Amino acid sequence: MDYFYDLNTFIPATITAVAGLVVLMQSAYRTKINTIFYVTVVSLLVAFGFSIRDLFGPTGTSFYDMVAYGGTAAFGTFLVVTGTLFCVLISRDYLQAIGHHFGEVYAMVLFASTGMIGLAVSNDLILLFVGLETMSICLYVLAGLIKEEKTGAEAALKYFLLGAFSTGFLLYGIALIYGATGATNYSAIASVADGGLLFMAGGALLLVGLFFKISAVPFHMWTPDVYQGTPTTLTAYFATASKAAAFVAFILVLSRMMPELEGERWTHVIAVISVLTMIIGNLIALVQDNMKRMLAYSSIAHAGYLLVGLAAGTAAGYTGVLYYLFAYTVMNIGAFGVIAYYERNHALDFSDVHNYAGLGYKQPVMGVILSIFLFSLAGIPPFVGFLGKYYVFAAAVNAGMVTLAVIGVLASVASVYYYLRPMIYLYFRDAHKEYDLIQPGSIYKYSLVLLGILTVYYGIEPVLPAGSLIELLHTYYPAAGSASLVTP
Amino acid sequence: MDLLLNLVIYLPLLAILAVLLSKRDETIKWVSLAATSVTFLLALPLMFGFDIANSHTPQYLTEGSVILPGFDIKYLVGLDGLSLLLFMLTTLFGPIVILSSWDSIIRHLKGYYSMLLLLQTASLGVFASLDLVVFYVFFELSLIPMYFLIGIWGGADRIRATVKFFIYTLVGSLIMLVALIYLGYHAGAAHAEFAFTADWRFIASPEYQIGLVEQTYMFLAFALAFCIKVPLFPFHTWLPYAHTEAPTAGSVVLAAIMLKVGTYGLVRFCMPVFPNAFMEFAPWLAGLAVIGIIYGALVAMVQKDVKKLVAYSSVSHLGFVVLGIFALNTIAVQGAIIQMINHGLSTGALFLIVGMIYDRRHSRMIEDFGGIATVVPVFAVMFMIATLSSIGLPGLNGFIGEFLILNGAFFSELYDNHMYAVIGALGVILAAVYMLWMYQRVMFGPIKHEENNRLKDLNFREIGLLVPLVLFMVWIGIRSEDFTRYSEVWVDNFIDVTETKSIAILEESRKADVPEWTARFYDLNEDESKIELVYKENQRYSIWNH
Repeated sequence: MDYFYDLNTFIPATITAVAGLVVLMQSAYRTKINTIFYVTVVSLLVAFGFSIRDLFGPTGTSFYDMVAYGGTAAFGTFLVVTGTLFCVLISRDYLQAIGHHFGEVYAMVLFASTGMIGLAVSNDLILLFVGLETMSICLYVLAGLIKEEKTGAEAALKYFLLGAFSTGFLLYGIALIYGATGATNYSAIASVADGGLLFMAGGALLLVGLFFKISAVPFHMWTPDVYQGTPTTLTAYFATASKAAAFVAFILVLSRMMPELEGERWTHVIAVISVLTMIIGNLIALVQDNMKRMLAYSSIAHAGYLLVGLAAGTAAGYTGVLYYLFAYTVMNIGAFGVIAYYERNHALDFSDVHNYAGLGYKQPVMGVILSIFLFSLAGIPPFVGFLGKYYVFAAAVNAGMVTLAVIGVLASVASVYYYLRPMIYLYFRDAHKEYDLIQPGSIYKYSLVLLGILTVYYGIEPVLPAGSLIELLHTYYPAAGSASLVTP
Repeated sequence: MDLLLNLVIYLPLLAILAVLLSKRDETIKWVSLAATSVTFLLALPLMFGFDIANSHTPQYLTEGSVILPGFDIKYLVGLDGLSLLLFMLTTLFGPIVILSSWDSIIRHLKGYYSMLLLLQTASLGVFASLDLVVFYVFFELSLIPMYFLIGIWGGADRIRATVKFFIYTLVGSLIMLVALIYLGYHAGAAHAEFAFTADWRFIASPEYQIGLVEQTYMFLAFALAFCIKVPLFPFHTWLPYAHTEAPTAGSVVLAAIMLKVGTYGLVRFCMPVFPNAFMEFAPWLAGLAVIGIIYGALVAMVQKDVKKLVAYSSVSHLGFVVLGIFALNTIAVQGAIIQMINHGLSTGALFLIVGMIYDRRHSRMIEDFGGIATVVPVFAVMFMIATLSSIGLPGLNGFIGEFLILNGAFFSELYDNHMYAVIGALGVILAAVYMLWMYQRVMFGPIKHEENNRLKDLNFREIGLLVPLVLFMVWIGIRSEDFTRYSEVWVDNFIDVTETKSIAILEESRKADVPEWTARFYDLNEDESKIELVYKENQRYSIWNH
């Protein structure tokens, strides 16, 4: 084994791991917190550069078949690094404002990202488990960052207990699969898996563990409380990067470990879960007044749309999911970022949507980009969220699941109401009292503006002459789109 | 690539940048006015250079590359006989709505004019796009500015109105989206090159045929979206709300442009793409249209608010358009197309006029007026012309459209019953009743309220923005040929496509194994189905069609 070649396939995670150690030492030696912030940002930028390189690189496996690189895995790495980068960029001002700005936060974020990348590139159940745990333990710590407040403690404890519970399921699933097949490597499992009871039970338990991480109904109970109690910019991190990693791992498990069992059985399970997730997530989101809880339920609903793509189980479905994850990362970090900015103002309690009245006219840039993110989350063209939904639903229709697509669009009609609601307050109602908003810092503001621009740009990108993201994703799945189940 | 057409579509969008950078309110207004006026002037060569003899083929095409190999979704815009007039109407209304808001909008001007300009681009894009996905994108895009226009600058109950408008429209269009995706894959399977195609030119062409079962479902999904947009009875409940609460410019664009997207979609997509379903469902939808005509008129009659009255008159008038579309003969469809323009002109003018009186008196209630004809004579004349045009007085535009529609519907083999036209014609009488009665109560009689004595007559700006509309009302009224000729070849061609396609699909389905309900619905078990009978009759009485 050429060690350096293998390492070359795993550079972004190596960078985040080393940077995490550096940052940890820096905070132990009481380096200035701003230095730590810039070290984190620079290391993530370097990792980002490498992750972009890997997007166009070769595909294969390394580290004794343990790690997948290139293609879907590379895109997963890219999503995690992008999500982490943007969350870190908006975290400094916010954490400073709430008085929880510690160097260790960045170390935890970097370690969590390392775990997420491990999860997203795993080609072996052991790495899947290690990555998942590395990620989860760091996230438990981050969830309890505001430990003085009840919500913070509740978030950490709830996340930890339920997370540990789901890890049990996952591990049990891995054990059963190993018992049935004698292997932990995806391709080895795929070659000997027989669809017997032991294997199926193991697969089902494994899926439960993954469903928990992507907060699919009925494994979603922790999501709203955790999202509410966690500092908002880190909530954005939870909702995007960790979810992206889990979904990419999900794709790899489905497409590599269970290829010949891809047929009816898993598809039906995932379709049912997806319907439940879309309906329940959207319906409960309708009645939320707290913006973070609203976005928490909305993120559950989005997991439902993503599962539609997985349920399709075709190359087009996986491509759609990857595209959707990109869209979701961009627009959700943006939405959480603007909300975090409003929260930093103490004129009113800005976690309550009622206090958003007239807010859009103060700091108009923030109001406009929040509207863009919300429209995009609602799936209205010409924003990137529409294309994500479009590709996922198109894959479902092509796979003959028209009913699933219809349920999906009807659920997203309901979602439009709660995405429109903040805008009603932002623009259509007058402020309760006179106050001024603080100026957002320039890094904070321009990161969010950049996300806003990406949301618009990728919404219209397919018709622009330059090569598009979806074209790149399709090169990962050469078969995509060729098979059409619709016959004339 | 046709630069001019793209320039016309995107110039308003580019102007938003200038608006956002403007510091002074006056600059914002002038920039918007300049952008929309230039758009209109630039669009004129498109109309003059249009090849009328080939109006069934899209012209001024811009064709981008497909988004993925095998996936035929691409930027495709162009104009044909169906879209040209509506496109021109949209450009005409651009400067008019900007002028109409000149003094009446005082809050958040930057946002207001950006939204109007965005709406302009979205509306132009809807009519110009020939790729279904691009069409859908523009279709939805137009919701966003309208949402804000009603929500921020609207009346007291604006929030409910705008949310209702947004969600109502979205329900239809999202279901249409699923059907659209299905249609794309279905068409792709029939296409030699692609796995998915959203190119209207292929989908509407005679070569591409859809089986009866799929046709029924997809037709229903598409028709639902468009009928909500029209709005056809009983999907009309969002309309009076939205119209009443919207600011004047919003009502004008909504009435003149956005409602037409629904009827336009019925003609462009439902007719040639789903011919059998279109013809079988025609009597049902025409029935709804007739109910809408009468219902809209009756409800309009009892309104106390002038704006609401005009809104309900829209329900009634668009019923005529739908009645004409589903009659599926040249006369009626031509009438429907010209009636779309007519309704845009006359209802647009009426909403402008209601806005003008509201600016002066801050009331739209009929009872607050009376006898003001002597105080504001110029206003009275303009109002009269718009009213008469809306009623359909011979010599003005409304008559042409309604006459053609009723004429065509009367002889429509598809309806096979004169009652559609007969009851529809009652709507014309009712229109005269409610419009003239309203006019009488507002303009004539003694002045009941002292403050009405001090009303100012129209200023030059207001006269200036109404004159072009009046001009076109008269022009279409006396020389309708100047306008109908643009769509003539298109209509002849596509009615022919629709009929021959439906016959071919029927013959195909007779051989194939189709579900029982389909066979019953499309009369497959009988020797001659309804569609075939209609086809024969039409061949025989082709004198009525040409």
